[in-house]
Amino acid sequence: MALDPKAEAALALHRFGLGPRAGSIAAIASDPRGALLAEINSPDAARINDTALLTSADAARTALKFQQERRAQRQADRAARAAANQQPDMKAGDAPPSMQPNAGPPLPQRLYLDEAKARIHAALAAQIGFAERLAWFWSNHFCVSADKGGVRPICGAYEREAIRPHILGRFHDMLLAVESHPAMLIYLDNARSIGPNSLAGMRQKRGLNENLAREILELHTLGVRTVYKQEDVTSFAKVVTGWTVAPPRQDPAHAGEFQFNPRMHEPGVHTVIAKSYAEDGVQQGRAVLAMLARHPATAKHIATKLACHFVADEPPPALIARLSKRFLDTEGSLNEMAKALVAAPEAWDSARPKLKRPGEWIISAMRAGAVVPPDIGPVMQAHNLLGEPLWRPSAPKGFADESAPWLDGLSQRLDIANALARRMGGDADPRELFEQTLGPLASTQTREAITRAESRPQALALLFMSPEFQRR
Amino acid sequence: MTVHVPTRRELLLASGALFAWAYVPKLAHAEGRDPRFLVIVLRGALDGLAAVAPVGDPDWHVLRGDKALTVTGTPAALPLDSLFALNPAMPNLHRLYQAGAAMIVHASATPYRERSHFDGQDVLESGLAAPGTAETGWLNRALVSLQPAGRAGGGRDAFAIGPIAPLVVRGPAPVLAWTPRRLPPAGEDTLQRLLDLYRHTDPALARALEERVGLATIARAGGMDGEQPRPAPGAAQVRAYFAESAGTAAKFLARPDGPRIGALAFDGWDTHADEGVANGRLANLLGALDGAIAAIETEMKDAWRETVVAVITEFGRTARINGTEGTDHGTATVAFLAGGALKGGRVVADWPGLKAANLHEGRDLKPTTDLRAVLKGALKDHLRVDEAALAAKVFPDSARAKPMAGLLRQA
Repeated sequence: MALDPKAEAALALHRFGLGPRAGSIAAIASDPRGALLAEINSPDAARINDTALLTSADAARTALKFQQERRAQRQADRAARAAANQQPDMKAGDAPPSMQPNAGPPLPQRLYLDEAKARIHAALAAQIGFAERLAWFWSNHFCVSADKGGVRPICGAYEREAIRPHILGRFHDMLLAVESHPAMLIYLDNARSIGPNSLAGMRQKRGLNENLAREILELHTLGVRTVYKQEDVTSFAKVVTGWTVAPPRQDPAHAGEFQFNPRMHEPGVHTVIAKSYAEDGVQQGRAVLAMLARHPATAKHIATKLACHFVADEPPPALIARLSKRFLDTEGSLNEMAKALVAAPEAWDSARPKLKRPGEWIISAMRAGAVVPPDIGPVMQAHNLLGEPLWRPSAPKGFADESAPWLDGLSQRLDIANALARRMGGDADPRELFEQTLGPLASTQTREAITRAESRPQALALLFMSPEFQRR
Repeated sequence: MTVHVPTRRELLLASGALFAWAYVPKLAHAEGRDPRFLVIVLRGALDGLAAVAPVGDPDWHVLRGDKALTVTGTPAALPLDSLFALNPAMPNLHRLYQAGAAMIVHASATPYRERSHFDGQDVLESGLAAPGTAETGWLNRALVSLQPAGRAGGGRDAFAIGPIAPLVVRGPAPVLAWTPRRLPPAGEDTLQRLLDLYRHTDPALARALEERVGLATIARAGGMDGEQPRPAPGAAQVRAYFAESAGTAAKFLARPDGPRIGALAFDGWDTHADEGVANGRLANLLGALDGAIAAIETEMKDAWRETVVAVITEFGRTARINGTEGTDHGTATVAFLAGGALKGGRVVADWPGLKAANLHEGRDLKPTTDLRAVLKGALKDHLRVDEAALAAKVFPDSARAKPMAGLLRQA
């Protein structure tokens, strides 16, 4: 069904972006498609330029120093307690702990929250949010988890370093950046994977870990049950042995940085998907990644995921075929993929089957209400409550993109909508907000429910919970 | 998938009760008094006839039929005088009324004569004669007028932390936002409206929400362990929230160094369907309000003697019951006043009657008392707000609504 220009503008904002702010719909109504393309063609698209944020290597070193100091402190405390126990008059608990009273969360968590804050503010500030949505999509495609030891202080930097610079560049470059980033190497255990016949492997009992190789094939590139077999996984795992993180003790100046360690690398020629790769140090792994980045199975996998994210849980096969061809024709240009999505008529269907993911919904509600929280605590809690804790997926597959799993959180969304609406209080006129953020897309029933609400907060809660606001 | 489920406390984005600090009624102090004033706004439009029933009006039963509260019904309305009786859900207010520490103003209304909640609440809280772009509330402006010119409060102003004050307290005088421990109940009413919307527009969301809510209700009610049925979980939550918010407000107001003036807002009064005057939803809400007033009395301790609580709502509801056992937006309604400073024990009303010809536009209780007169009377005699300021700044264009005299024991 064809939509009028204002409705198309509203759809562009909800489907491709992070939802309208006051004035957004009018601002892009003359040419919604052009506005989407303009946003992704801006040179700063999806960059977070916050000089206060640390690089992942600096963050890792700072966190390491913090852990060492804390360990030393604990040992000192234990010694003090032991000494106190020698004195008959004192009980074990009497020795005063020498730790300072805790000033806020520990350092890794602080780094994590600083990054989260920068990300939330970038999302609130975006004009449309298409580039941001692409960054979120790719960050989830190549997810890491802050809950894995060592990842928390660097997961935000990972997104800024390995994902954001490439979301409108080439898939191959992003793949290379991601798979050689310390966050990914730690998350999927490759940092500790050792070739059995490497120098290190022959000396100690630890050996190969297939985790990264498997997830690259299954999740990051070709897709599950495609052209690879178990031998390919094992072989590829051997290829990427030695892709690790510089160890703090041996190499303190470079601790936390990517390092290719030849002593851990499994020597020899390895065959991955019917092609053999000569021994070539770190280049051997890069060659396999280059092959994977232009494989037709990868093209189809990426095309399907993008279409699933922006269009429908089960996207039209013709759309997948077109996107897939575009990927192969342009050597994996993600800019061209984004343009192809915007150009696809299927992406402008007025039916809106997809439910916004929690983070997307929370941000779109805050954008609608012009809420910029001084403290991101409640925003993070809302993500947690709705099952999408930031940078903390429960598995390498990332958060689900289909609608069904997120329906479970609907009543929690109501709690959050209520809380947000109360926070906004009587400041906002719900009728105006409705027109600014939903108007041309809304049903008569939704319009009536909002205008007939018993209070402004109730009207706002109903607005945020309305089907048209919940759906992409 | 594992989901981290934080407590409701962690979720708080909102705060509930607001106080203007550092603005103390100095003139009243000079008289040796230390008055407290708390405004409770009921959002959604309270059915005044169901709260304080005109049982002595022969047309009452004609209007409401078997939904009409009576002093002989079950449960029986609590007699106030020869004309009026109180909803049976409010025994505490009844006790206070009998002790002279509560009164009711009936058939009262703001100057607003349309029927939009948002606009009606604007007029109620802004104190302006018409809806518009109000940014300050009458209570805040009343506080400003208590201060000598050029003085902007003391060190406690720093407590002002921004958010969501109800409009009635917003304005130039600094405001302290206080966050209640308990999250306001999500609101059965909001949930019902949402379910209704989903059922008409999005069956998948309707199904999902119905399932989740159903599960939550079972979980909250204790489920299948064969216990006695309890009151609807929603009602218990509302009761607890009202009592805790109001009780905490009173604790602040009672402190020697605390604020003297504050405001709360309670939602949920928009009873279009299944109003439940005697046993259902409205009875639960009125019971919760009654509990809140009792909590204020308890927590105020000795300061109760110097307290006035004003309970107000944006407008009333239709005099007749509608087709869904509820009432639609109307005009005149009641205001409750409670507190030890009052000369209570009476219903103030220029009763318009309930004959069809006497109803406003043939459908609503006719307003005969300007609510602003009541509020101006309380501000003037209790807080000693200057009468000229009341007419010019606090309630502009209200010259004809003279401050109601004699509301307090000592004026």
